[in-house]
Amino acid sequence: MSDAPQNLSRRNLLRGAGAFGAISVLAACTSNEAEPEPAATTAAAATGEATGDTSTEAVAQDSGPAVTIGFSAPAADHGWIAAVTDNAAKAAESFDDVTFVATEGTNDVNDQIAQVETLINQGVDVLAILPFDGAALTDVATQAMEAGIPVVNIDRIFDSPQAYRSYIGGDNYGMGVSAGNYIGQRLTDEGVENPVIAEIAGIDNLPLTQARSQGFADALDTYGFSVTARQAAEFTVESGQQVTANLLQAEGEIDAIWNHDDDQGIGVLAAIDEAGRDEFFMVGGAGSANAMREIQEGNSVLEATVLYSPTMAGSGINMARLIAQGKGMDSLVELEVPASITTFSAVVTADNVEEYLPLGFES
Amino acid sequence: MNDTATTLDPESTSGSSSISLGDRLTGLQNLGLVAVLVLAFVTGWLTAPENFLDANNFLTILKSAAVIGVVSVGMTFVIIGGGIDLSVGAIVALASVWGTTLASQNMGLGGMLTAFILVGTATGLVNGVLIAYGKIVSFIATLAMLVSARGLAQYISGGQTQVVEVSAFRSLNNGDVFGVPNLVVMLILVAAIGWVLLNRTTFGRRTFAVGGNGEAARLAGINVKRHTMWLFGLSGLACGIAAIMIVARTTTGSSTHGELYELDAIGAVVIGGTSLAGGRGTIVGTILGVLVFTVMTNIFVLNNLTTDIQNIAKGVIIVLAVLLQARAQRGSDAAAHS
Repeated sequence: MSDAPQNLSRRNLLRGAGAFGAISVLAACTSNEAEPEPAATTAAAATGEATGDTSTEAVAQDSGPAVTIGFSAPAADHGWIAAVTDNAAKAAESFDDVTFVATEGTNDVNDQIAQVETLINQGVDVLAILPFDGAALTDVATQAMEAGIPVVNIDRIFDSPQAYRSYIGGDNYGMGVSAGNYIGQRLTDEGVENPVIAEIAGIDNLPLTQARSQGFADALDTYGFSVTARQAAEFTVESGQQVTANLLQAEGEIDAIWNHDDDQGIGVLAAIDEAGRDEFFMVGGAGSANAMREIQEGNSVLEATVLYSPTMAGSGINMARLIAQGKGMDSLVELEVPASITTFSAVVTADNVEEYLPLGFES
Repeated sequence: MNDTATTLDPESTSGSSSISLGDRLTGLQNLGLVAVLVLAFVTGWLTAPENFLDANNFLTILKSAAVIGVVSVGMTFVIIGGGIDLSVGAIVALASVWGTTLASQNMGLGGMLTAFILVGTATGLVNGVLIAYGKIVSFIATLAMLVSARGLAQYISGGQTQVVEVSAFRSLNNGDVFGVPNLVVMLILVAAIGWVLLNRTTFGRRTFAVGGNGEAARLAGINVKRHTMWLFGLSGLACGIAAIMIVARTTTGSSTHGELYELDAIGAVVIGGTSLAGGRGTIVGTILGVLVFTVMTNIFVLNNLTTDIQNIAKGVIIVLAVLLQARAQRGSDAAAHS
């Protein structure tokens, strides 16, 4: 430093200019707006619109009294949660009698509790909450209910039924069952004896992963099959790639793979691609638009995916609105919104992918 | 930029003595690790005989080791220089996202590679400036960078996984040089350049001097601040290269890439015999440390072990490796003093 403090010379100017140039080039690189190239983001917009349409069709469109819906969810740090937040916002936008107050997503339960408290203090009419951790937010949701604000609990269930007026969520066990039935049926039809079935799970210590694996094992059992090799990844592309690369080494000949999650599935497919393996078929999980496009194109080992659709958040907003307006659901006889709804894990294959593609989320 | 180096050279003499000592220590230090590796290979061979000793399996192990290996080489420089870089995983994530945006992809292979390298290096240099000239402890500065770089990665990607459509880039992962996969070639190159830089250049000697005794290095005429800044820039550059590799492997850029790399890299560097206090360490040890981890993971998966068992065993093996290290170290210290 001491060598040239006053010598603010051409060299420094050049360095500065160089740095500035590099920064401006880099800044230009952050754009994800699609230029002419056909790309993922445009598909995302299309998906969003279509999703909005379906959710509005499902419920009565007549305007009612104006309601304010407070919404809180974890940070949109991966495709599925991002799609949850997106679906909720789109559903709310489709009603002219709804004011939508969404808090910034967070993975810190303390922050989320504070956010829900703020929403209660603001006096919203109804809350829709996807808690980062159901148990940790049970208390604050109960407070909301006691304060006369009904709570719609999305997906991760609270510990106590006192904490919510209505619950809508996916069926993790059912997801495993759907995947197990699809694989079991196909292998039985093909007459494979003692098939090698591999399972790539998500984060292993989560109850949802355990429920998925249990459902998968139970369903396979009805066909007399069992899982040969099972490894857990971490729901990320990178972990999916890493685990699969090793797993493919362990099993020289595989008949079927179930991968719990389409987000990590991109990595799983990359590893399969790299190893040049295609003697098996693969079933995905959750139903990302990416996975559905692979299924549609039909030249990948990925031949099906079992749904765990983020559209449930859109339905959750619809339910919150109806609850606040004191209405029931049109196609049901009851005058009130049901206390609990579990979505169905449909199997998306080449035969029906057309129909499901608009519901797929960008991972 | 090197104006001090030509005129002042005292550090090269003081540095060279520490290197010859370091060289003497290296062989003994790495013995512990080689023992652990041999143990792991025997275990792999005994438990999964037909799968473990397979050429493809070794390539799989090396390819898994490649990404974290490159990050660890950068980390070795920082730790020898007396600092620590907790932000490596976040920088990998940020670079992977920045280089795979549609705007970057539209510029083709060259644009993407430039973005990876520039973003990695620039982020590392920001760390370096904060630490050297802002006088923030490296633990804190890079902790802050860990949070904000991953945040920025999430902001740019919108929390989505960005799939690479540029075919030239996608073929990077599947290509090879005389049968050695490209990623492994990159690791070997980075490790070799790192070794030369650390052991055969003024920059390397200064790194040992700065980490061993910063005040003495300053008195010897080394510009400690500027050197520290470059060390973090170097770590960032390694992260940029690692980002290229992880994007090639997964065909995606994502803000979830590189999670917990800081732990894996620091773990590998430390069981590789580099002193967390700075001033001592080797590239060879670091690479051996990385291999210990990846070979272990491979053996666990080949034997279809569950995650909980894997984690328990990993912890035990880290302790085992460090204990062996310490033993070898005590032996070599005694030898050095006699």
